[in-house]
Amino acid sequence: MSHFFEQAPGYLPILMQGVYMTLLVTFGAFVLATVLGLVWASMRVSGIGPLAWTASTIIIVVRGIPGMVILFYIYFVMPDLGLSLSAVQAAIIGLGIAYSPYMAEVFRSGIEAIDRGQTEAALSIGMGWGLLMRRIILPQAIRVALPPYGSTMIMLLKDSSLASTITVAELSLQGKLLASSTFENTIIFTLVALIYLAMSLPLTAFNSWLERRLGKSR
Amino acid sequence: MSIIELKNIRKSFGTIEVIHDISFSVKKGEVVCIIGPSGSGKSTLLRCINGLETYQGGEIRVHGDRVDTTSKTIRRIRTRVAMVFQRFNLFPHMTALENVAEGPIYVKKEPREKAIEHARELLTRVGLAAKADSYPPQLSGGQQQRVAIARALGMQPDAILFDEPTSALDPELVGEVLAVMRSLAAEGMTMVVVTHEMGFAREVADRVLFLDGGVLVEQGPPEEVLSRPQNPRTQDFLRRVLEA
Repeated sequence: MSHFFEQAPGYLPILMQGVYMTLLVTFGAFVLATVLGLVWASMRVSGIGPLAWTASTIIIVVRGIPGMVILFYIYFVMPDLGLSLSAVQAAIIGLGIAYSPYMAEVFRSGIEAIDRGQTEAALSIGMGWGLLMRRIILPQAIRVALPPYGSTMIMLLKDSSLASTITVAELSLQGKLLASSTFENTIIFTLVALIYLAMSLPLTAFNSWLERRLGKSR
Repeated sequence: MSIIELKNIRKSFGTIEVIHDISFSVKKGEVVCIIGPSGSGKSTLLRCINGLETYQGGEIRVHGDRVDTTSKTIRRIRTRVAMVFQRFNLFPHMTALENVAEGPIYVKKEPREKAIEHARELLTRVGLAAKADSYPPQLSGGQQQRVAIARALGMQPDAILFDEPTSALDPELVGEVLAVMRSLAAEGMTMVVVTHEMGFAREVADRVLFLDGGVLVEQGPPEEVLSRPQNPRTQDFLRRVLEA
């Protein structure tokens, strides 16, 4: 134990470089997945056949392919098609796409949890689809969707380690490199685990705060 | 002059026709009550009038505009024919006041101050000025339904459709809602009311329609339809309702 506390501070600076990359990839992919997820979910609940069908297909296909394979595709296959991306760009885009179906399902389940009577009441005062979504459905759906949205955010934080497979030196890869050159496996992987945990705790806290804040009027 | 006009309306769910060739019209200031056993198509018929349901045959016109859910005019028709639902359907994330002001502000684009002020007047009118800042879950069923009536009035409609407005209420709360509806009728509001409240129909309606199995069996002034029904189906229904 004392060995751990003596040695650990020395490894932290290198691991922190990995933390920066992890946060960058997580944040970027999270924003992209949220935007894409909103788009897929809107298409699915639009009531317009071809849009709903296209979104369902995208969700099924993307969800059925491992995130790692999607990353390989974007990083190694896209250059053959004339699109070269940096490893970090590829990681953000790949994870953003890979996570978009989960986001879409989180949003859709939130939207579909809202009673049909709400839609009818909104239509009966002359609202169109846009107003109905913006003023009536989404504000209520957000409350339903927030807990699974928060869990998805934490899953994405942990799965950002997949970016290591396309050479992004994020936390898990930095840890592995450090461990294989120092043989201090116990210290380094314990540190890595603790750092991931430390990053997920604020997310959990933020999520409960949001839930409390948005749930206040209930 | 007729505000609402239904001509030969037919409505099917899939291959099953649930409304068979119904025609009637509602004049300005008239109160029409629709009665009948459950499953007779009363609510469905009412919901066709503001396009919450589609119909397959015939034609519904509101102020001469054809009710067509695929047409752009449907939104304008809905702002002129308001609806009060059995289960209230208030917006739970908004206060009573916000529920009433929502349509005027966002649909009719009235200035916010004016809409809020008008919404307060309407809540006062239904006896709920003190509950303006309460959220729907904090209100009783009767209070929620009165807010819903205020919300309908907020659109300054030409007519209000009531879909069994007291059916989801505890018995002791029915009176307060009927009282508000009575006062609306007295002020000359055009109303179409699907109801099981025979007392209300007898007292307030100008005309009562009896529906059974999707057919308009009988219609006329309440004293005729409710007291001296001509059709055996009406007689049978009323006997069962009044015995209960």
